[in-house]
Amino acid sequence: MQDIQDRIRANPKFQEFVSKRNSYSILMTIIGMIAYYGFILLVAFDKELLAQKLGSGMTTSLGVPLGVGVIAFTIVLTWIYVRRANTEFDETNEAIIREAQK
Amino acid sequence: MKTKHILAGLGALALVGGAFAAGADLGNTTKQATNWTAITMFALFVIMTLFITKWAAAKTKSAADFYTAGGGITGFQNGLAIAGDYMSAASFLGISGLVFGSGFDGLIFSIGWLVGWPVITFLMAERLRNLGKFTFADVASYRFSQTPMRSFAAVGSLVVVAFYMIAQMVGAGQLIKVLFGMDYLYAEILVGTIMMMYVLFGGMTATTWVQIIKAVMLLGGATFMAVAVLLQFGFSPEVLFTKAVEVHSKHDAIMAPGALIKDPVSAISVGMALMFGTAGLPHILMRFFTVPNAKEARKSVAWATTWIGYFYILTFIIGFGAITNLIQNPTDFYVGGEIAKGLKGGGNMAAVHLAKAVGGDLFLGFISAVAFATILAVVAGLTLSGASAVSHDLYASVFKKGQASSDDELRVSKITTIFLGIVAVVLGIAFEKENVAYMVMLAFAIACSGNFPVLFMSVLWKNCTTKGAVTGGFVGLIMALVLTVGSASVWEAVMGNPKGSAWFPYNSPAIFSMTAAFVTIWLVSILDNSEQAKKERALYPAQQIRSETGVGAATASAH
Repeated sequence: MQDIQDRIRANPKFQEFVSKRNSYSILMTIIGMIAYYGFILLVAFDKELLAQKLGSGMTTSLGVPLGVGVIAFTIVLTWIYVRRANTEFDETNEAIIREAQK
Repeated sequence: MKTKHILAGLGALALVGGAFAAGADLGNTTKQATNWTAITMFALFVIMTLFITKWAAAKTKSAADFYTAGGGITGFQNGLAIAGDYMSAASFLGISGLVFGSGFDGLIFSIGWLVGWPVITFLMAERLRNLGKFTFADVASYRFSQTPMRSFAAVGSLVVVAFYMIAQMVGAGQLIKVLFGMDYLYAEILVGTIMMMYVLFGGMTATTWVQIIKAVMLLGGATFMAVAVLLQFGFSPEVLFTKAVEVHSKHDAIMAPGALIKDPVSAISVGMALMFGTAGLPHILMRFFTVPNAKEARKSVAWATTWIGYFYILTFIIGFGAITNLIQNPTDFYVGGEIAKGLKGGGNMAAVHLAKAVGGDLFLGFISAVAFATILAVVAGLTLSGASAVSHDLYASVFKKGQASSDDELRVSKITTIFLGIVAVVLGIAFEKENVAYMVMLAFAIACSGNFPVLFMSVLWKNCTTKGAVTGGFVGLIMALVLTVGSASVWEAVMGNPKGSAWFPYNSPAIFSMTAAFVTIWLVSILDNSEQAKKERALYPAQQIRSETGVGAATASAH
């Protein structure tokens, strides 16, 4: 076990992999926060915009598709991350472990 | 002028957040006529879940089975269970009630409750799974001195569980009066006894399956209602909104952000508590140890996020459906048939009344039973996480220094479960007449100021030390608690001090207490030059390899 750990640590690919995946995680976190706080700031700064009707004579305000959009975006963002992490990142990860086990 | 708008906007959110983040508080309700359909449906749910518990009991032999269902839950199942933990009766009834009362504001509010999930997905899920075994303390204390870290984590878990639990138990008592037409006391005893049976005999396997069944029933019931509403309007949201604006007393204002005024600091602070508090709730975190690996852990959160988001969209439609269906029919749904006197059973009953309007008495019974079952399932999850904190962190790790046998640990968790069950019932009764509106928000504030910073820094910051983490964690926890006491929702509403005398002016302490926790962890850690600190820093690379690659992670048990 100790051997495997040492070999993983010595493998430059490991550090590269970790920093790549971590920057991706952080990027996604920031995008998620921008979407949320962006919506909140819109509620704060520009209520009129959110109250604006989608078309003349319509009742639906812009806020509804935007709000539902933030929910949908959050879900999609999560799946995008999970998809990449479960395929590409996990493959790299397994390759690094395999190399260390040799 | 502009500033006024900003304040008004953020204030709307903050106030709504403050009142409804409180969630489980359904106010003081009045007892309604006995609803036998609802009681029968609930009885059927209990019988079914007790059979599941019997099946689960046969599989629950070791401590690992008890805490994590042997690690054999799939990502999809776990996602439903997590969603079930999160979709409480309060979020179903409270958010649809909020939409019924003010329209669009309800949507702003539910978005706040969803944003914590991506944070967990991107930053925590796989690391939790790779480092942990039974509790989040396993993760936080991985390379640190066991006694202080575990003690802190156990305190953090138990405090969060306690506040969350009181809110749920009081909510159960209030709900049983309006939904079943039974006395408050029955709710306490029913919830206390049944959830104890789930946890005691079926451990995590039963708790998970009860939660999954409840989640499916709740999502199914809510979908039916939303579809029934949309059907009335030819599946056109526009037609639904037009009708709602026509009949609602606030008219077009329900399509725009409301005008409740508070301040921007509160809005941001509430947002932080919801965003990071979710990543510090012990009963949610423990679910990451029930799946076999990091891949499934990630899938769990993705599914959980999907179901929770979908559920919030449904509650929005349900709220508007309630506007169009109930307001025009005051005789059936309003006290004395007068709109001015409010909905029968209070504003939070909008979804329940809508159930009757679209599905008759049978469906009303179903939704009532589901709403009550929701509390039962959430309380079971809370009890299990509280019991794990006591048996795994305090007993096995602190008291027995890791030398306890699996059987002893299991025995202690079962004794703790019984104890917690009794405590829950006693607290539920004690708080019957109390205002518990602040308690769920307080649980979130403590989770984001105590548990989350400790977890985050211990996993991701190599220079973190035991001293830093424990000091910072306690600073955050105590500050969250003290500042909440000083806020209007406790100082004035609960302690009865005169209006305006609250010395903490915001709705949530998170922005201050969470920052203080992080700063303290950082400061104390960098000043810590002890031998122990050096040892802990030296252990970081090994921890990092396990947390990032899963090499050496706990695996599913053999059977």
